Amino acid sequence: MSIIKQGFAALAAGALGIALAQPATAAPVKFDFWFGLSGDLARVVDTLCKNFNASQADYEVVCTSQGNYDATLQNTIAAFRAGKQPTLVQVYDVGTATMMLSGAYKPADKLMEENGYKIDYSDYFPGIARYYATSKGEMLSFPFNSSTPLMYWNKDAFAKIGKTEAPKTWEDVGADLKALKDAGYDCPMAINISANESWQLMEQFSAIHNQPIATKNNGYDGLNARLEMNKTKFVQYVTDLKKWYDAGLIKIKSKDLGQDMVQAFASGTCQVIMTSVGDHGTVGKTQKEGMKWDVAELPAYAGTERKNSLVGGASLWVLSGKSDAEYKGAAAFLNFIHDPKTALFWSTNTGYIPVTKSGFDYMKSQGFYDKAPYKGREVAIASLTASEPTEITRGIRLGNFTQIRAEFGTQMQAIFANKVSVQEGIDTLVKNGDAILDRFQQTYPDKTLP
Amino acid sequence: MEKRVTFSRWSIGILFAVPQLLLIFTFFYWPAGQAVYWSLTLQQPWGGGNIWVGLDNFRSILANADYWNSITASLVFAACSTGLAMVIALVLAALTDRQLAGSRLYRVVLIWPYGIAAPALAMAFRFILAPEAGFMAVVNQVWPGFWDPGLDGTDAMASIIAAFSWKYVGYNFIFFLAAFQAIPRSLIEAAAMDGSGVLRRFWDIQFPLITPTIFFLLVINITESFQDSFGIVDIMTAGGPANSTNLMVYKIYSDGFKGLDYSGAAAQSIILMLLIIVLTIFQFRFIERRVHYR
Repeated sequence: MSIIKQGFAALAAGALGIALAQPATAAPVKFDFWFGLSGDLARVVDTLCKNFNASQADYEVVCTSQGNYDATLQNTIAAFRAGKQPTLVQVYDVGTATMMLSGAYKPADKLMEENGYKIDYSDYFPGIARYYATSKGEMLSFPFNSSTPLMYWNKDAFAKIGKTEAPKTWEDVGADLKALKDAGYDCPMAINISANESWQLMEQFSAIHNQPIATKNNGYDGLNARLEMNKTKFVQYVTDLKKWYDAGLIKIKSKDLGQDMVQAFASGTCQVIMTSVGDHGTVGKTQKEGMKWDVAELPAYAGTERKNSLVGGASLWVLSGKSDAEYKGAAAFLNFIHDPKTALFWSTNTGYIPVTKSGFDYMKSQGFYDKAPYKGREVAIASLTASEPTEITRGIRLGNFTQIRAEFGTQMQAIFANKVSVQEGIDTLVKNGDAILDRFQQTYPDKTLP
Repeated sequence: MEKRVTFSRWSIGILFAVPQLLLIFTFFYWPAGQAVYWSLTLQQPWGGGNIWVGLDNFRSILANADYWNSITASLVFAACSTGLAMVIALVLAALTDRQLAGSRLYRVVLIWPYGIAAPALAMAFRFILAPEAGFMAVVNQVWPGFWDPGLDGTDAMASIIAAFSWKYVGYNFIFFLAAFQAIPRSLIEAAAMDGSGVLRRFWDIQFPLITPTIFFLLVINITESFQDSFGIVDIMTAGGPANSTNLMVYKIYSDGFKGLDYSGAAAQSIILMLLIIVLTIFQFRFIERRVHYR
């Protein structure tokens, strides 16, 4: 209840703030913030913006949704080329390398320093900070909405096969899926194999098992990095997934076919899925009456020394070419977002996790994680902080990674349709992905990653 | 003798043409010229600079097996959807023209599909053809595994062809019906009195007389199937599964806007433009010979 009370308090304070502020001061400095969330999430961002505007009188942030991450980046590029860019823009995780080479940003840490804000960068969860930081550890952008994938499992179904805990290893998963099938479940586990699932199936799997996606520490050490997932445990993983698919233990679920993974799980059709912690709220809201379920960290193969999973989501970039006044406003806004109270507001209203330790601690102290519907989301933090990030589990810093993800989808579809063998498919993924990296490197001939 | 209006000075003629020329220049020649320039360079997406690479972009595209796959898919799509849309529209128009019961209603109703925006249409077809939830779920119940556009490239291709044809049946129908109605009734009645049946009259009188319309629609349908397919592909299949519906126009979009490879996408646009030009020239050169203009 304290959350709701706080919400009211914030609203009341906001209303009061507006009432007091308006007659007193001159027009506030306006600056633009473009973001890529839509629907419910966009409304939460709008509220966040309103709260910021109500919290002070000097600046006014104008928040505009561009629909999705791709469109946000495309529109920002078009706007930048025309000299009409927003001050702040939300760029998704895999756009980080492109942004770093763009020469179109103002480093976030410099911005904060120039405007007199002291941000303790060690307060960020290392797994989150390193994903967006340079190889030297400077924060060029601010982590914003962050998530990591979890395994969602149906407790009722697992009870039928005498299990009270989620499987921890992939070997156990195989056995449990078989048992579920034998117990009469038509769809023990659901996956999808489009470009989007590169995230949980390839990137997160590789991080947890400390396996590289690409050479040069996943691209952190230079633009001449090339893919190498055709030589790692990932091949074994795809082989297993394919084997389970052929045995009817795994079904493919996607929106195009009628029902996506989350719907399939929430309706009780499928018993296990792997998806973002961000879907935790959706499953809770749309689940079948009375269904018992829980979340767990993604499994790892037996004998693996488990590493941290990667952060997904987006960070906030400050673009170059704006006035000092606008930069002051942007700095104030970033400082507002950094506040633990904002973290609580943000995580309560979305499924995203807090990005700082202080935010997490504050939420724990408010009892956020103690009861439904938020109980279980702390598993995401456990997964993200399972280890100190290694050279490989810092993240992925590859150019045009969106295209590599698309290639992942293409090759997985070819593999699952029996057009090519697992090894052939992943070899082609590496070959085509390398061509994309090659092209990216040629486009930036004398630039290096910061 | 027909009277022709002539201008004594050529400059007046030019003056009248200027607004149109200006429009064409701004919205076609200028962007096309820009695309040619981009296709010969490597553009940094944020505008940080570019490098002259000559024909390298074209070379790497033409050496890419995925690109040839995309061309093949586009040609298959163009041939199937044009054929389907034209034949169905022709039959419907011929029947409507015979003034069967309710033909006034059809005349209006059959035009509607063309008025629906491609994404909305694709959304509807995605639902109708969804193997687990829509109409095809019933078929799958009878033959399990019969329909699976999520993994089977042929099924996915059939879906987008069905959606595109459905839209263009409406468009073609308008033209066919107008062409049929322009044929003098007396010709048909005379043939009927001589004892020729419906099919005979169709093949010997109506069909030859509407060949100009057929030719016009053929050119338009093929051109549009290369360009207007974007919305349908984007919503229904996003180019998958395994690139089987990655038509040229969709590949340009995904490489250029999603992949930020503006130069590669520009080069692909040039190739697509050339392909459409060649196809159109081919049609005018070889098929138009068989067209009888009155």
